[in-house]
Amino acid sequence: MTNDRRGFLKKSAAFTLGAVAAQALGSANLNELEHISESIQQLSAEAAIFTLPELPYAYEALEPIIDKQTMEIHHSRHHKAYVDNLNKALDGKNNTRSIEDILSTVSKEDKAVRNNGGGHYNHSLFWMLMKPNPENKTNPATGKIAEAINSSFGSFDEFKKQFSEAGMKRFGSGWAWLYAENKKLKIGSTPNQDNPLMDNAEIKGAPLLALDVWEHAYYLKHQNKRADYVNNWWALVNWDKVNEFYEKV
Amino acid sequence: MAFELPTLPYAHNALEPHIDTKTMEIHHGKHHQAYVTNLNNAIAGSDAEKLSIEDICKNISKYPAPVRNNGGGHFNHSLFWKVMAPNAGGNPTGDLAAAIDSAFGSLDTLKTQLNTAGTTRFGSGWAWLIVQNGKLAVCSTPNQDNPLMDIAEVKGTPILGIDVWEHAYYLHYQNRRPDYLAAFWNVVNWNQVAENLKNAK
Repeated sequence: MTNDRRGFLKKSAAFTLGAVAAQALGSANLNELEHISESIQQLSAEAAIFTLPELPYAYEALEPIIDKQTMEIHHSRHHKAYVDNLNKALDGKNNTRSIEDILSTVSKEDKAVRNNGGGHYNHSLFWMLMKPNPENKTNPATGKIAEAINSSFGSFDEFKKQFSEAGMKRFGSGWAWLYAENKKLKIGSTPNQDNPLMDNAEIKGAPLLALDVWEHAYYLKHQNKRADYVNNWWALVNWDKVNEFYEKV
Repeated sequence: MAFELPTLPYAHNALEPHIDTKTMEIHHGKHHQAYVTNLNNAIAGSDAEKLSIEDICKNISKYPAPVRNNGGGHFNHSLFWKVMAPNAGGNPTGDLAAAIDSAFGSLDTLKTQLNTAGTTRFGSGWAWLIVQNGKLAVCSTPNQDNPLMDIAEVKGTPILGIDVWEHAYYLHYQNRRPDYLAAFWNVVNWNQVAENLKNAK
């Protein structure tokens, strides 16, 4: 049996377990099922294995804002490598923990777990937080998060400005974040694949919105012009998903 | 005196097919230019305006982050352009060859160590061959830090630097950093590295 096939079977099994677990919790949310299935562990004697989540849209679906080639390489190469290297780093450790749980005590783990576990979590989140907008329509925040943004930052424009600045000022590779710390909305950034769930991160809280500002996220289309990528990206934000995360905090 | 973008010692297409024209144009004309512009802005009106870029790097802990990032960016790229050349590669000779053999056993071992330093530098950064207490050593730094900096984990005089920021290779190699590093050895300018070694001693 090929490794891909084995991965698929593992994912299917995990998905079923996730579905059962979510039903037991009274949830009918498909995305949540996927989320659980991703984190859920194998019951066999084999160590737990994380899998690359499928994109919730086609590689070309985010055109013209993010190009197909970037999405394909970003998901099937970069994210895949984080998953593979995370599994390798956990190999033999008989891991039974979710990715969120691992990150919450990541200071006790090898650097490979921090880098690749962060990479896996961040990208899983990033894909969910975008949705197609082929006509590039304006895409303001909606629902409760819109109200919370207004009361925390004064206006949506001010929030966008501060979040974009966080992405622009992150020197080298990293991420910009909207996160909730003690139910308060905050903006920040992290280097490399760190994130606000990590116990050794400079900023801590529950991630609500994430923007990848590694060069690999935009270089094929925008090269050195990170600002163009950041400014265009707002049209893709999936505010329903941001609201879903916000309701949990 | 303001810092200036150095002219490339060869044409933008001279390192083809190992490093493509567009990458060189953007890397030199946009990225390096931005480091120079931002460095000049960051030191405007300060004592650092009178210092060499090497002296700024050696005392970098005294300066704010924009000087570290852009000063490092300027020094690192200025070195990088010089340690590459068209029709280069091959084997070092003379004192450099002897120093490599004595520190690493062989050129292949040095290449392997530099490739490993480059591939294991997570995120953005540089792989370095440095002179440390008269001997050659390999290390890497994050972002635009370099071994001249007083805050560097491993300190020494850089004689060869390899840029492993994604902007150095992404248009041509995308996620395949190891392929870029393998190709680098076809354009490495050992004559310049040998001269850098002489000056470092």
